[in-house]
Amino acid sequence: MPENFEELELFAPGHRGCAGCGASQIVRWILKIAGPNTICVSATGCLEVFSTPYPETAWRVPWVHAAFENAAAVASGVEAAMKKMGKDVNIIAFAGDGGTFDIGFQALSGMVERGHNVLFVNYDNEAYMNTGIQRCSSTPYGAWTTTSPPGKLTIGKEQRKKPIAAIIAAHGAPYVATATIAFLEDLKRKVKKALSIKGPKFLHILQPCTTGWRFDPSLTVTISKLAVETGVFVLWEVEDGDFDNKFRITYKPKKRKPVIEYLKLQGRFRHIINKPEIIEAIQREVDEKCAKYGF
Amino acid sequence: MAKIVLKGNGAVALAIKMARVDVVAAYPITPSTFIPEKISEYVANGEMDAEFIPVESEHSAMSACIGASAAGLRAATATSSQGLELMHEMLFIASGMRLPIVMGVANRALSAPINIWCDHQDTISARDTGWIQFYAENNQEAFDLMLIAFRVAEDERVLLPAMVGLDAFILTHTFEPVDVPEQREVDDFLPPYRPKHAYLDPERPITQGSFVYPEYYMEFKYGQWIAMESARDVIDEVFADFASRFGRKYEKVSTFMCDDAEIVLITMGSLSGTVRHVVRELRNEGIKVGVAKITVFRPFPHKEIIRAVKNAKVVGVLEKNVSFGFGGAVYGEVLATVHGEGLDTKVLDFIVGLGGRDVRVEDVKEVVKICSDALQGKAVDKINWINVDKEAVKNA
Amino acid sequence: MYEVRFHGRGGQGAVTAASILAIAAFKDGYDVQSFPHFGVERRGAPVMAFTRLDDKKIEIKTQVYSPDCVIVLDTNLLATVDVCKGIKKGGTIILNSVKDPADFADMAKRIGGGRIATVDATSIALRHGLGSKTAPIVNTAILGAYAKVVGNVSLESIVDTVRAEAPAKKEENAKAVEDAYNEVKEEVFG
Repeated sequence: MPENFEELELFAPGHRGCAGCGASQIVRWILKIAGPNTICVSATGCLEVFSTPYPETAWRVPWVHAAFENAAAVASGVEAAMKKMGKDVNIIAFAGDGGTFDIGFQALSGMVERGHNVLFVNYDNEAYMNTGIQRCSSTPYGAWTTTSPPGKLTIGKEQRKKPIAAIIAAHGAPYVATATIAFLEDLKRKVKKALSIKGPKFLHILQPCTTGWRFDPSLTVTISKLAVETGVFVLWEVEDGDFDNKFRITYKPKKRKPVIEYLKLQGRFRHIINKPEIIEAIQREVDEKCAKYGF
Repeated sequence: MAKIVLKGNGAVALAIKMARVDVVAAYPITPSTFIPEKISEYVANGEMDAEFIPVESEHSAMSACIGASAAGLRAATATSSQGLELMHEMLFIASGMRLPIVMGVANRALSAPINIWCDHQDTISARDTGWIQFYAENNQEAFDLMLIAFRVAEDERVLLPAMVGLDAFILTHTFEPVDVPEQREVDDFLPPYRPKHAYLDPERPITQGSFVYPEYYMEFKYGQWIAMESARDVIDEVFADFASRFGRKYEKVSTFMCDDAEIVLITMGSLSGTVRHVVRELRNEGIKVGVAKITVFRPFPHKEIIRAVKNAKVVGVLEKNVSFGFGGAVYGEVLATVHGEGLDTKVLDFIVGLGGRDVRVEDVKEVVKICSDALQGKAVDKINWINVDKEAVKNA
Repeated sequence: MYEVRFHGRGGQGAVTAASILAIAAFKDGYDVQSFPHFGVERRGAPVMAFTRLDDKKIEIKTQVYSPDCVIVLDTNLLATVDVCKGIKKGGTIILNSVKDPADFADMAKRIGGGRIATVDATSIALRHGLGSKTAPIVNTAILGAYAKVVGNVSLESIVDTVRAEAPAKKEENAKAVEDAYNEVKEEVFG
């Protein structure tokens, strides 16, 4: 981590991200820790669009983007090139949930299996926000999106969220962790740790989206925090995919808050707020998951 | 220099090795599989100092080449058919980002129905991707054109990716003598790639592949247009330099007995040799026929085509692709070129050899027969499917 | 131009034999081509491979339709494959068989007259420890018979090429070629 990391701004302000967008904060903090000896790769998505409107750029490190589904494959090529040149550089790929869970999944799985020395960061805002809020396999049960609309016959998204971090960890990746910007020290520590390990690393960072989740821009951090305090999103890390011996919960809420406190602040859940049986089902599922994690 | 007997795939793999490519990312597909196999073997034995990335798909093969090329190194891959289609999206991105990646393509038919044999539908469907396209007639050409492709692609006036097509099985799996130069001769012809324009370097951060609004997009595309136009002269220069070093002369369009020909047959790829073989025979019978072989299809060699056909009355295009609802792609381009020049030459299209259907001596003779009929003023079809059981299709 | 067609089963090395013949002919100064029948190869299935040689540059890229010579690595194929198809009148058929050429005289008649040669390549292969009883490697030995009977490619070049190209048992393969050269029987039928 660079000594001057407090002042070091490698992701310039003045980009075109929405007010209250967590993605830019995620990138900003990760680059502060990674420092200037870093090359970034982005998938197509909000981050790429708002940070590189030609001829401007928010990136003060080398950055490359090719397409939506292949950040991991492009990063594989960049990493191979650095290896060929004998250069020791941090290589960090950023992708949204579409570019990670869905269309980008194959390339990501390939990159991890081949063992490229890349930190892959997923900023997960739980839908395809760049194209205007469509469902993703990251979208949680019950959420409204423009392609999972609640109707006479449906409640919104009918399926569960894909457990992406566990899936990547199951590849045997040397380091996988979950994080949010509401727990900044935890995030910083995880980035530092990830960059100290050789091989493929994966960070799954929950990123509340003010536009797609329908909340007031001032609530980004509050909602991030509530996701963790309710147990909806659990902060953990695992090494080598070894959930038996090298798995750690990095933050345990003292007393878990009911999920309704998290759901009620978000317009995307408005249609289920007054449906106790659905809220109860979500609560039950969170309870079962947390019991498994021991809290 | 030594002549050795190689199959087409072996010639391409050897050219990639002798070009000292830094990063190869590839995915196996019949019939180009031998190329990544051979390269992984070269790397495993320390015969080639490169990073070989055994990617999980052709899409990722091209993506990884884009990453490596954007980082400033020489990158190459090989594929065929469905594999080329899977990377189709990335072909546009490689050229749009002006990355001089070189790729060998085993020209194979597209599904459905699935078929692993030769035609040109795969690379023809990539003709608008902004890649320079070369087509090899034999294994020597496959080897030479790969080396030439790197020189042209990496030229600062060009900076575009290039693909070299070699016919599935007819070249990929056929052994032929290939004149292989010494490594130092290749090194002299093809110096290391040292990009000056843009590459990923923490000492000099730049943004590559940014989001471009309407006020700049057309300028990017016009830049690509100019680069492809510049490639015309660069290709001629590189062909000339290659000939002076290695004694083998290439032309965008090479002609055979065209000067006094009333009928000129236009070909691409391995078919050209068979057509010349037949033309020699027909010349003995007094038929005034010649052959113009297209080696460079992108940029399209307008001037060279005109030069080849200017004295002909009938031009017959033999091609292994079809654009449904129009005809063959080469026919369309030749037609536009010839009539755009104001010539009233008759241009006929002959769809041959799709999905590995052998193009036999008698098929070429049938083509010439139809061209002769046209020459004598008889009514003939513009688009002709050769050696097809049309009745079987009607009755199906 | 001289064209040769090999018949074998997947795994018997017909494709390798075709390429070795091409390389040997190239050493003798010919321009050459060799290629497999463009099919989906499966172990045990009938396969074909081809070699072309010529004093001049070979330009033609069609498949081989009227070979001058056919080589059959496995006579069990005769029941299911028409190995005589397209052979030029007066052409040559070389079979891996313990039988005499006269036993295959009808094949020569079918092509309007030609030369039949037989060689027990299986015994030769086993004698030199090439392959097993159920899967003898006969593709190198049979080329010795070709050198003797056809005579347009030298025994020396074939032996040299076999030695260079054989992945293992280089000397044994070379010996097998020489034995087949000496042991092949041939007869011309009108």
